[in-house]
Amino acid sequence: MDILIQISYFAAAILFILGLRRMSSPLTARTGIHWAGAGMLVATLITFFWPGMENYLLMTAAIFVGGVAAWWTGQKVSMTDMPQMIALYNGMGGGAAGAIAAVELLRGEFHSGIFLTLAVLGALIGSISFSGSLIAFAKLQGLIRKPLRFPLQHALNLLIFALAVGYGGMLVVTGDTSGINLLIFFGLALGIGILKTLPIGGADMPVVISLYNALTGLAVAFEGFVLNNAAMIIAGTVVGSAGTLLTQLMARAMNRSIGNVLFGSFGGEQGVEESVEGAMKPIDVTDASIMMAYAERVIIIPGYGMAVAQAQHKIKELMDVLLARGIDVKFAIHPVAGRMPGHMNVLLAEADVPYDRLYDLDEINADFGRTDVALVIGANDVVNPMARSNPDSPIYGMPILNADQARNVIVIKRGQGKGFSGVENALFFADNTRMLYGDGQAMSGELISAIKQL
Amino acid sequence: MIEGFTALYIFMLSAFTGYEVISRVPVILHTPLMSGSNFVHGIVLVGAMVAMGHASTTLELAIGFIGVALAAGNAVGGFVVTERMLEMFKSDKGKG
Repeated sequence: MDILIQISYFAAAILFILGLRRMSSPLTARTGIHWAGAGMLVATLITFFWPGMENYLLMTAAIFVGGVAAWWTGQKVSMTDMPQMIALYNGMGGGAAGAIAAVELLRGEFHSGIFLTLAVLGALIGSISFSGSLIAFAKLQGLIRKPLRFPLQHALNLLIFALAVGYGGMLVVTGDTSGINLLIFFGLALGIGILKTLPIGGADMPVVISLYNALTGLAVAFEGFVLNNAAMIIAGTVVGSAGTLLTQLMARAMNRSIGNVLFGSFGGEQGVEESVEGAMKPIDVTDASIMMAYAERVIIIPGYGMAVAQAQHKIKELMDVLLARGIDVKFAIHPVAGRMPGHMNVLLAEADVPYDRLYDLDEINADFGRTDVALVIGANDVVNPMARSNPDSPIYGMPILNADQARNVIVIKRGQGKGFSGVENALFFADNTRMLYGDGQAMSGELISAIKQL
Repeated sequence: MIEGFTALYIFMLSAFTGYEVISRVPVILHTPLMSGSNFVHGIVLVGAMVAMGHASTTLELAIGFIGVALAAGNAVGGFVVTERMLEMFKSDKGKG
């Protein structure tokens, strides 16, 4: 039986890697998840035959409970709420890694200090990922509204982190992994995840979610060493390194380091108030619709506001109306628009916008100069030209979409408030910009009917 | 038994594999990819099952139960949302 288990795990590891590989192209992506899914199924089923196991009935019940709950929520969740669900499922994985560590530490049968060390490390990382992801979930779900910041926060976080590492070290050295010691250790580890995530603002969520994903992978790999389980080691490590790379990509797209996201309190401090010359100039639906209807090239720039307003379907309709008039319509997607990597792509895909109309920052920035109308809906900091021009601005150096270079810019926006970073957006004050105030979905709807009547 | 340097080699090679597999992914697939890798670490389920299967005290069993339930949630939830997202990606040419 043992050899059959090993062969199955081996096959699962291959299927995971090939599956992920296939997910890196839109053409093969769908089959990719099926391959990985097959690997998971094989590995899970064969594990029932692991020698010397008991508690099968309860085990099956646990799989049933967790699986059905996740299946049900996963089917039900709307595309706009996808970031928090991914955060939640990821947190569950981290929690599971922590639970494995807890059971193994309670049993205390370690062959050598190395395995004990890895168990403790996995427990630490898994627990941080667990509680951190839950806080991220609560924030994205709107259960926690404001980033929580207080004086000496970083000092406190650092202290707790040092305590947790120190306590973990003590567990390893003394080998005393009895109940109360574990309780303190896990308490500290969970505390780090909570305290670390509370002060992080919404716009940094793509980096955070992606980071916790990498951490869970790493925790799983460490527990894989402890359990002598090659499938866990390989899958966990692959995810850990892939997740780290993705986290770096996200951070780079904001011109910030991962450390800066975790330790900086962006937009929380009162910086120098910058004033922008000029005034915001409003426009009404009729004028905006005429401007768009007689354009040759239109670029639509969606942001988190589009997700909040659930405007993606109306935007797709707007695209169709413009295309019917022979207008060239493109979408410009900033890498960190929204609350998770690629958030806008998913929402537009849900609304049936073909993916070859979506363009990356690098692909589209040269096009703005030849564009008649840039329509900004729910995006703010990612189109702020101050990131290019004002070295004092907190967002200076962040790569942005050069919407300001279009002949005309229309911004659909709820009110006159500032973006997440708390920085005034110079684009809104530019001579070629007109503000269309209102809800993204409602305004898109009005634009559609106005254009249809022309 | 995977020990010592063999373990280290597996770790290193897997890390490079993960890096290579992801390094040239178009932005439009960042979400499915993250969600897909989120699903892949759902493999923690097999570890949770083994840990629970070897539990001897009630406390260990309870923690094991929670671990298995969480891991199953990770795997199933990760699969369902990834599949739902990938289903939607269509191109102008060659539908589907």
